[in-house]
Amino acid sequence: MSEVKLKKKKDEIEEEHPMEHLLRMDRMPHIWCPTCGIGTAVTAFLMALEKSQIPLNDTAIVSGIGCTGRVAGYVKLDSFHSTHGRAIPFATGLKLSNPKLKVVVFSGDGDIMGIGGNHFLHAARRNMDLTVICVNNFIYAMTGGQCAATTPITANTSTSPYGNFEQPFNLPYLAASCGAVYVARWTALDVRRLAKSLTEALQKKGFSFVEIICPCSTLYARRNRLGTGLDLMKFYHDNSVIKHGADLSELNISFQSKIVVGKFIDRERPTFIQGVNQGLRGVLKDKFVEYGGPVDDD
Amino acid sequence: MKADPKRVLTGAHYLDGDHAAAEGALAAGCTFVAGYPITPSTEVVERMAERFPSVGGVFIQMEDELGSMAAVVGGAWGGSKSMTVTSGPGFSLMMENIGLACMMETPCVVVDVQRGGPSTGLPTLPGQADMMQAKYGSHGDYELIALSPNSPQESFWVLIKAFNLSERFRVPVMVMMDECVGHMTEKVIIPEADQIELYPRRYTELPPDKYLPFKPEKDLVPQMIKAGDGYKIHITGLTHDERGYPVMTWEAQEKLVRRLVEKIRLFKDELVDLEEEQTDNADVVVFSYGISSRVSIPAIQKARKEGIKVGYLRPIIVWPFPEKKISELAQRIKGFVVVEMNYGQMVLEVERAAKGKTKTILVPHGGGWVHDPEDIYKAIKEAAK
Amino acid sequence: MRFWRKPLDADKLQIPHGEIHIIRERCKGCGFCVQYCPKDVLELSTEFNLKGYHPPAAKNAEACVHCGLCELLCPEFALFVLEKEDKHKEVEKIES
Repeated sequence: MSEVKLKKKKDEIEEEHPMEHLLRMDRMPHIWCPTCGIGTAVTAFLMALEKSQIPLNDTAIVSGIGCTGRVAGYVKLDSFHSTHGRAIPFATGLKLSNPKLKVVVFSGDGDIMGIGGNHFLHAARRNMDLTVICVNNFIYAMTGGQCAATTPITANTSTSPYGNFEQPFNLPYLAASCGAVYVARWTALDVRRLAKSLTEALQKKGFSFVEIICPCSTLYARRNRLGTGLDLMKFYHDNSVIKHGADLSELNISFQSKIVVGKFIDRERPTFIQGVNQGLRGVLKDKFVEYGGPVDDD
Repeated sequence: MKADPKRVLTGAHYLDGDHAAAEGALAAGCTFVAGYPITPSTEVVERMAERFPSVGGVFIQMEDELGSMAAVVGGAWGGSKSMTVTSGPGFSLMMENIGLACMMETPCVVVDVQRGGPSTGLPTLPGQADMMQAKYGSHGDYELIALSPNSPQESFWVLIKAFNLSERFRVPVMVMMDECVGHMTEKVIIPEADQIELYPRRYTELPPDKYLPFKPEKDLVPQMIKAGDGYKIHITGLTHDERGYPVMTWEAQEKLVRRLVEKIRLFKDELVDLEEEQTDNADVVVFSYGISSRVSIPAIQKARKEGIKVGYLRPIIVWPFPEKKISELAQRIKGFVVVEMNYGQMVLEVERAAKGKTKTILVPHGGGWVHDPEDIYKAIKEAAK
Repeated sequence: MRFWRKPLDADKLQIPHGEIHIIRERCKGCGFCVQYCPKDVLELSTEFNLKGYHPPAAKNAEACVHCGLCELLCPEFALFVLEKEDKHKEVEKIES
């Protein structure tokens, strides 16, 4: 560190960050550790939200439990913090009750893929119009660093103290095989491309899935002697390879291996609501009453 | 607020309990059902799947009961009157999210068509062994409302009542049917829509900057909103304050959980719906609900012919438990005979409310078939001594 | 900026300049902004904020080109860059 002294600014506390109108500032500072990547992922998401120009009053965000699950508490939208693993069905209920809503699920790898795996599979299969943002830090961080479904082989976690010997998931492969219409993976370092990808995912109709590889400093990095989150970011800088449209089976992540990022799937499929309405109209013809959303009681 | 005529199947029908319950839900304005098939409740969702496309509503068969209940809670926050239907094993799976619904103060209805348990048990035969689970199934402290119909006709009205109570108290309401009531076919008369009174959702009129999602009104129930109205609320399952933000302190826990519990307990004298017959000068009162109440009737009639003064007491609202009535009867009668298709669940509440002033005789049954009225009659005679 | 020949629109070339604002009390000293600034503008200062972290400081504020990467990378929403409208750096050195 140099000898640079900070200039004392009298009005520093009154300075407003450009994203503050999208954050619950009365809850800042947030609980994430120093050098945690989730804050960066949220910044990218907020930038994407603004760029996508989706009306904020019609947007809802649902999180599960975990470090990433706290995102809903900090974002200034209609936000719901549901039970562990059930963010996706909760979001399904929200969306089907009010099809006008844009529903975003922002949760972690343990929440969405571990306990919530079944719900993920089916929501992707049905092509529910949801945008699922999965922060993958390879560990169950909030509860103290346990092994997750994405933990690479040989990584040390609190429930695999001699190293993990279970095969992890390849999340983009899984999402694509279940029928997701938009699948991408980025690291937290590549913020601009991540924000662009998130914009596309938000504007896409159907089940879009974006995996964000984020550093976990206090648990994953520390337990595996990888330094801090900054060291992990440097690792992503040197080891992430952009390959749009790569063969999904090549996207496995081993411990400290190359990480292939990019946009892998971008296709069209009728969404659940579209398919069901179309089908029912075809069968019932005039008798079909399409559900349009909640009617305001007066 | 009256029911929507387009959703009410007015007329006289032959329906089984499950179908009558589905019609009741439709008449009450249910627009979202997320379910999973499980015998003997499947007919309810089948009927909803059949009827929704022509009256407007969404039915989704979710991948499991965990997802169903989560979707029901989400659906309620999206602005629908939402419901799910299940039986014993599914009811156990839904417990975490029923707790979520209680914590988030979400109006919704869960119908449990009870079957023989525990575990897979007897899928196609009746039981009444989920009664305590309805109240205590989820972890933590909370209070909710549970009802129990004993006929298809009553199932229709009980569903409407369940939706109304859930909206008034912002609480999930359990409808505890059993396989017998669910699968018996009887005449069900559905009236005109303008004879069905509905309780509207307690949406707030306050502007977003003044509205607090968990600030209670005088009756301890906060005003509701739905996602998409621009209020930008945060609703969490963590212990929270009036703004909805999580607060990790014992003070917040005390304030919140006390209110969740008090909002029902405060009204326990009003939340009473009993069917009584000849209890005024009875010596023995038979307490039963659901199908067991119908089986008790021949036993009561036989005992009355022999001169025993037997009263018939049937709670339709089972939780909160009608303590006051039981306490009052316990002062003057010789004994309660509790008839239920389990090994002693509601009898514990009867004993508690009786406070030792009178004897309580349980006529248990493992489920799978209904009681033999002879056993009930013998218990009545025992109580009359 | 160095060029091997003078660009034809050199007189119109305007390099943006940014003014970095740091909300010191929010910073948790992660160092992302310092590491990834393409113009090496920032550095962790020796001073502490109330939480005991070393917030960044602009050691070379004039070099900032308003790329915005520090603002996007910061996990704490603790710094942002505003464009300085009036000051534009011209092309400095041209090799012919």
